[in-house]
Amino acid sequence: MSTADRTHEPDHDHHDEGSYLTPKYGAMGTVWDWMTTVDHKKIGVMYLFAVLFMFFLGGVAALAVRLELLEPVRVAADGAITGQLFAPAGAESINTGNQIYNRLFTLHGAIMVFMFIVPSVPASLGNFFLPLMLGAKDVAFPRLNLFSWYIYVSGSIFGILSIVLGGVDTGWTFYTPYSTTTDADHWRVLLMVLAAFVLGFSSILTGLNFIVTTHKLRAPGMGWFDMPLFIWAIYATSIIQVLATPVIGITLLLLIFERLFKVGIFDPGLGGDPVLYQHFFWFYSHPVVYVMILPGMGIISELLSVHSRKQIFGYRAIAFSSLGIAAVSFIVWGHHMFTAMGELASAIFSALTFLVAIPTAIKVFNWITTLYKGSIAINTPMLYALSFLFLFSIGGLTGLPLGALATDLHLHDSYFVVAHFHYVMMGGTVIAFIGGIHHWWPKMFGRMYNEKAGMLGCVLVFIGFNLTFMTQFFLGTQGMPRRYASYVDEFQFLHTLSTYGSWLILAGFLVHLFNFIHSLVAGPKAPPNPWGGLTLEWETESPPIEHNFHHEVLVQHGPYDFDTVVPPHCDERDFPLPPQDQPPASH
Amino acid sequence: MATIDANKPDLPAAGAKSHPLYWKNRGFAHHFRNADEQFDACKLGMWLFLTTEVLLFAGIFCAYAIFRMLYPDAWAAGSHHLDWRFGGLNTIVLLFSSWTVASGVRAAQMGNNAALIRNLVITLICAGLFVFIKLYFEYIPKLSAGKAPGTFFSYPYAHDPHEPLWWSVYYIGTGIHALHVLIGAGLLSWVLVRAIRYEAYGPTEYTMVETSALYWHLVDLVWIFLFPLLYLIH
Ligand code: HEM
Ligand SMILES: [Cu+2]
Repeated sequence: MSTADRTHEPDHDHHDEGSYLTPKYGAMGTVWDWMTTVDHKKIGVMYLFAVLFMFFLGGVAALAVRLELLEPVRVAADGAITGQLFAPAGAESINTGNQIYNRLFTLHGAIMVFMFIVPSVPASLGNFFLPLMLGAKDVAFPRLNLFSWYIYVSGSIFGILSIVLGGVDTGWTFYTPYSTTTDADHWRVLLMVLAAFVLGFSSILTGLNFIVTTHKLRAPGMGWFDMPLFIWAIYATSIIQVLATPVIGITLLLLIFERLFKVGIFDPGLGGDPVLYQHFFWFYSHPVVYVMILPGMGIISELLSVHSRKQIFGYRAIAFSSLGIAAVSFIVWGHHMFTAMGELASAIFSALTFLVAIPTAIKVFNWITTLYKGSIAINTPMLYALSFLFLFSIGGLTGLPLGALATDLHLHDSYFVVAHFHYVMMGGTVIAFIGGIHHWWPKMFGRMYNEKAGMLGCVLVFIGFNLTFMTQFFLGTQGMPRRYASYVDEFQFLHTLSTYGSWLILAGFLVHLFNFIHSLVAGPKAPPNPWGGLTLEWETESPPIEHNFHHEVLVQHGPYDFDTVVPPHCDERDFPLPPQDQPPASH
Repeated sequence: MATIDANKPDLPAAGAKSHPLYWKNRGFAHHFRNADEQFDACKLGMWLFLTTEVLLFAGIFCAYAIFRMLYPDAWAAGSHHLDWRFGGLNTIVLLFSSWTVASGVRAAQMGNNAALIRNLVITLICAGLFVFIKLYFEYIPKLSAGKAPGTFFSYPYAHDPHEPLWWSVYYIGTGIHALHVLIGAGLLSWVLVRAIRYEAYGPTEYTMVETSALYWHLVDLVWIFLFPLLYLIH
């Protein structure tokens, strides 16, 4: 797309236009205005609060799970039961307690995966910043965007309804035939599966919208390789969302038919094939782990570059590795079912799995090289970015023993797997998400947050996280299986440490929560470009005006040209250019 | 897209042609730079959506293939119950409707509203015919003979214990396809109403015609795969 494409459409002057947050038409009118808005910024903010609420719900369940595991369940000589959190004393007590525990971890997993982490970054920060960073006025299909928000809300309501009615004990993976037979007299499982099905549509529509926006609405002068890396990441994510989600759609639909009509596709009792379900499920759910992590990686590229004032190292390598990850993610699903496949298939999937490590490592090396000789600011976004590098690397490296057949036979379904995916999902995505929220908070809400409190929260989360999950690697290698409410006495020390860690994480998040509330109420007003960023969102006001930019944007420099460009709205004294003794690196 | 300059539609004509939905009066959304860009965006969006539809059906085809491999006898026995003449007739109906809907797009591009309406009506009649044949000559007689999916199967003369599974796959595949026929017909009806009422489509404004037609072609395409797999090979 070239500048020549621009038409006679007048350059609107939006000078006297207020911020998108300015309330309109009284209290009720404002509520109505938000509920019917097609403004990507408002939709992004609504998603942000919705996914954070879901994160809170899932988090409460996680704390409860950890609390149960503080002590093993013991039966004393006189028959008294100790160490059990959820069941009253009585004959059936251990059994009841276990059932409640199963529901709790299912609830935690299902909420965190389907309602929190999959929509988290793309739907909130992506919605808000993708058009801004492209210099566009909105996403390509604003009404579809609002529609997918409502689909998200309805899906979540189904999920919550299922929980209110008593919850589901299938695990977030809904493996058949258990999921087609458990609670046969009840709607709960159906509702939860329906929730995941409906949420999939929301995910597809968001992805579709972003792909078209990226193709069609880049500002004049912005070629593909002038896009911020966050956009590349969201673009790759969207491709996965569009290509993988329909498969889980049909899978869950078949599961619903199976429960309602006993069609027999997955139920071995009726001639069906439960392993087929697992293939279908992981054909979606492996790619979807990259839906979770790619946007986080995109955030990290922005944070590291801006807060170390360095041209990103290996721009194209990072951009293409996003696409590479997206491509490879479709051919490795079998590594979740090594124990359910033949030897040859397992060996092939194992070999393919190792391929994932290549583009991932490319990114990590490029990020670290970006930091080299940068002027690194120590602030909350940077601390989070550094935590990401540390934690995500551990998560990625521990994927390799899981991908190798000989070791996975022992580690499969153990706490090692639990620790692995928490290091990538929480240590990766969640950490990047919170770092990104801090980074863009001033832009989104026009207020600064307290830097000291932010850093304190980050340190607490970092220590708490490692305490909670590092211990689980050891538990897993020692033989602790996942999804059990109790354990042998030998494991108690590590389990107790892990539970203490979960409290530290809670403390860290509470610090962030109060910091954010304080910022909204009493934080100092944010300048348009507090960090000296060069991507387009920093060219407009904080918070942005309703139509995003005062004038149509014309892209004149790359997103990371920190060595040659004084950032918009900034003083050169605050963000000095490096001495120009050598020809400036261009990208 | 057409060579006509979409950025400068003629001034609104007088009389009935002053309705904002009349094709010459249509603008484009404020976040696009021009109407061409909007058209391209919508078309790309539709293609992406069709990709997701193909992948959705891919799941069903995959289940078909796997169970065919596992239970070849049940598949052979089951497909003998399907009459290729009804399937073939429906194939012709759908292929013909794909041609008429394509002619409809052409008519809109040429500004021939009467031809657009005529083609849409024929397409919709075909859609109705398809569903009628499917229901009246296939679903209803089969279901009343007990050839139903899963545990509802009660046909007494089954040759193979896995025949119920065959019927499950048959009903799920053709059922979800039929649902798509209905959705497509709904879209085309909407286009038809707007064409009749407002003359909403013309050389510079035929996005909805084009995208609904694309959707209709997909419905056709899926059937082209379902038909031989279910009716022709045993
Ligand atoms: C270097 C990259 C990675 C490799 C080689 C890898 C490998 C694996 C393997 C082999 C398993 C199966 C373990 C078993 O069940 O025995 C697994 C599980 C898992 N991984 Fe990864 N992984 C990688 C990155 C990621 C990322 C980035 C995420 C998410 C953001 C992720 C999320 C998960 C989850 C959620 C599970 C557990 C699923 C379950 O059974 O509930 N992984 N990983
Ligand atoms: Cu995987």
